[in-house]
Amino acid sequence: MDAVSTVQGRAIPFGAKNVDTDVIIPAAWLKTISREGLGKGAFETIRSNPDNIFDSAEFSGAPILIAGDNFGCGSSREHAAWALLDLGIKAVIAPSFSDIFAGNAFKNGIVTVELPQEQIDRLMEVAATDPVTIDLENQTVTTPFQDRFTFEMDPFRKRCLSEGLDEVGLTLTRDQSITEYEKRQADTLPWLAQGTGKAA
Amino acid sequence: MTSKPSTLYEKIWDAHVVETRDDGTSLIFIDRHLVHEVTSPQAFEALRLAGRPVRRPDLTLAVPDHNLPTTPRLNPDGTRIPIADPQSAAQLEALENNAPAFGIRYIDASAAEQGIVHVVGPEQGFSLPGSTIVCGDSHTAAHGGVGALAFGIGTSEVEHVLATQTLLLKRSKTMEVRVTGTLGPGVTSKDLILHIVGVVGTAGGTGHVIEYRGEVFENMSVESRLTVCNMSIEAGARAGLIAPDETTFAYLKGRPLSPSGENWDKAVAWWKTLQTDDGAVFDKTVHIDAADVEPTITWGTSPEDTAPIGGNVPDPASFADPTKQEAAAKSLEYMGLAPGQKLSEVEVQNIFIGSCTNSRIEDLRAAAEVLRGRKKAANVKWAIVVPGSGLVKMQAEEEGLDIVFKDAGLEWREPGCSACLGMNPDKVPPGERCASTSNRNFVGRQGPGARTHLMSPAMAAAATVTGRLTDVRELVK
Ligand code: SF4
Repeated sequence: MDAVSTVQGRAIPFGAKNVDTDVIIPAAWLKTISREGLGKGAFETIRSNPDNIFDSAEFSGAPILIAGDNFGCGSSREHAAWALLDLGIKAVIAPSFSDIFAGNAFKNGIVTVELPQEQIDRLMEVAATDPVTIDLENQTVTTPFQDRFTFEMDPFRKRCLSEGLDEVGLTLTRDQSITEYEKRQADTLPWLAQGTGKAA
Repeated sequence: MTSKPSTLYEKIWDAHVVETRDDGTSLIFIDRHLVHEVTSPQAFEALRLAGRPVRRPDLTLAVPDHNLPTTPRLNPDGTRIPIADPQSAAQLEALENNAPAFGIRYIDASAAEQGIVHVVGPEQGFSLPGSTIVCGDSHTAAHGGVGALAFGIGTSEVEHVLATQTLLLKRSKTMEVRVTGTLGPGVTSKDLILHIVGVVGTAGGTGHVIEYRGEVFENMSVESRLTVCNMSIEAGARAGLIAPDETTFAYLKGRPLSPSGENWDKAVAWWKTLQTDDGAVFDKTVHIDAADVEPTITWGTSPEDTAPIGGNVPDPASFADPTKQEAAAKSLEYMGLAPGQKLSEVEVQNIFIGSCTNSRIEDLRAAAEVLRGRKKAANVKWAIVVPGSGLVKMQAEEEGLDIVFKDAGLEWREPGCSACLGMNPDKVPPGERCASTSNRNFVGRQGPGARTHLMSPAMAAAATVTGRLTDVRELVK
C-alpha cells in the first residue's frame, strides 16, 4: 500500500445515500481473479445514462467522491474498493459508511472521511466548481473558501495509511503471541483446534 | 473470569483475544475460515507473491458456490460438464488449484457435501458455538444461528486470516433485539427477520453485533435461527447471535466435523456458559412484539422496505424524512409499482426458492407443503428450487419433495447461490418481477433491471400458485 498524506483535487458531488456495493460494482464484474480493471464496471447502472456525473469531462480523474449516509452497504466484496481505485478515487467523504466497506477501503489506501450532513452539503456546493483538500495528518477537509472541517480517524488506520504499512506483515511480527494463544486454546477449548481434521 | 455481567458477544470476544494494543484494537483469533471462489483468488495471489503460507489450513474449508451454474454438473459417465462462461470457469479453477496448493480441504463442485458456504458450515459441524467464523461474504452472519461470532470480511482480510489466522478488530457495540410473545400461524422466521430489518433500518445496526433474545428464538429450530442471523447484515450489523442451547447441541451432535467423545462433553460444558448474564448491559435495545409480525415482504429496493402482505404499496409522501421520500419514489419507479396499490394484486413472473437464507430442508418442506397437489400459475414463466447443499438435495429427494416441486411445475436444481445474485446463469430478466426467498432486493441484484420481492419459502410457494404476491394463509389454513 502506498503512503497517503493528502488527497487534493476535484470531488465528485455524488451525494446519494445508501449506495450499496451492487451499485458500486455489479456482481457480473466479480468473476475476475485480478484486482485490476474494475473501473470500467464501477457505477455501471448509473453510467448507462450518458449524462452521468462520473463520465462528465468536468470530473474526469477526480480523486475524491462525496456521498450520502451509509455508503458501501451490502456485500463484503472488496471489488467495490478496487473499482473506485481503478476509477481514480483516493478518498470518499460521507456522513457514514458501512463497516465492511470502510475496512476494505482502508486496506486499499482509500481514505474514508466522515463528516456531518451540513458539512457534506457545503462540500457538495463547493465541489461543483472547485477542488477540495483532505489533510490526513491534521485530519481536516478544506476548500479554497476558508472552509475547514475536522474529522475523526482511527489512530491505527491513520498510521497505516500515512506510512503505507503492510498489515499482514505487521501481524506476522506477532507470531509468538499467536502461537501462545494457539497453545492456550488447545488446552482450554481443544475441540476448536480440530478444524477439518486435516493436518497443518 | 470477570465478575462483571457480560453479554454473549463479550464472552466470545474475550475468549479470542490474542493481544490488545494501546490503540484499543485487538488481535482476534479466528477459529473457522470458509473460502469460496469469488473473494479468494486475489488473496491467494497476494500470499503467493509474498511467499507466505496459510498458517492454519486445518481451520480453513473451501467450497465453490457463487459462480457455479445450478444445471447438472456431471455427464452420465461421471465426467465433468465444463462451465460455459470462461470467466466463471477460470475463477472456479483458481479455487480448485489454490486449495490443494495451500493444503486446504476443498469440497468439489460435484461432491454431495458441496453447497452454499453458509449452509455447508453448520451442516458439516464446522461452525460451532462460541467460535469465531469468517468468510469473504457478508452473510457469514448466518452462523450466529449456532451461537458463533461470525462475520463477513473483504479479500484483504481473507488474505490476513489465511496468513495469520487472526484479524485486527475493534470491539463492536452490542444491540439486543428482544422479541416477546409468539409468532402467529403461518408467520415464519423469515417474516420475523424482514420485520426486524424494517424496524431497525439498514443502517440501524451499523457498528453493532446483534443478539436476538426472547422465547421466540428459544423455540426456533437451528435452521430458522440461521435464517434470522443471516439477515443481520441487512440491518447494518456485521454479526448476529443467538445463544446456543439444547436445540443447538442436538443439531450439532454427530455431524462430520463436530467434536466427539470426550471433546463433545467438554464442548457442551463450555457452550452452556455462553449465555448473556443477567444484568449485562447492551448499548442499544429494540423491542418487538411477535404479535405484530404478519407474513412480510419487501416492496422496494432496500431490505428495510418491508410491509405486511395485507398492506399496500406506500406513498413516498407518507415518509417523514425527505431523503426517504426520494428513495421510495425511486424504488417505486424501478419496481414498477404505484403508491397505494394493493400488494396482493402485484403479479410475479419468476420464483426463486433458495439462497443461504432459505435453502435448508425446513425451507423446502415449507414450500412443498404449500405446493403439494397445486400447479404453478400460467403467468409464472420461471420457477426454480435450489437446495442449499447436495445433502439437503438428497434429503429432499428422500422425502419426495423434488416430485412435489416438479409436479407443480418448478425446476429442481443443483446446489449453489443461483439467482440470489446476478453472477451465474440464473438471472431474472429486466423489468420482470421475482418472488424470492433470498436476502437482498437491491437494484440489479438478481440481474440488470430485475425486480425482487423478498419473502419466506411458504410465501414464495403461494405466489407460484396464484401468480401474484399472496398471503400464504389464504392457501393453507
Ligand atoms: S446465497 Fe446469496 S447471500 Fe448467500 S452466500 Fe450466496 S450470494 Fe451470498
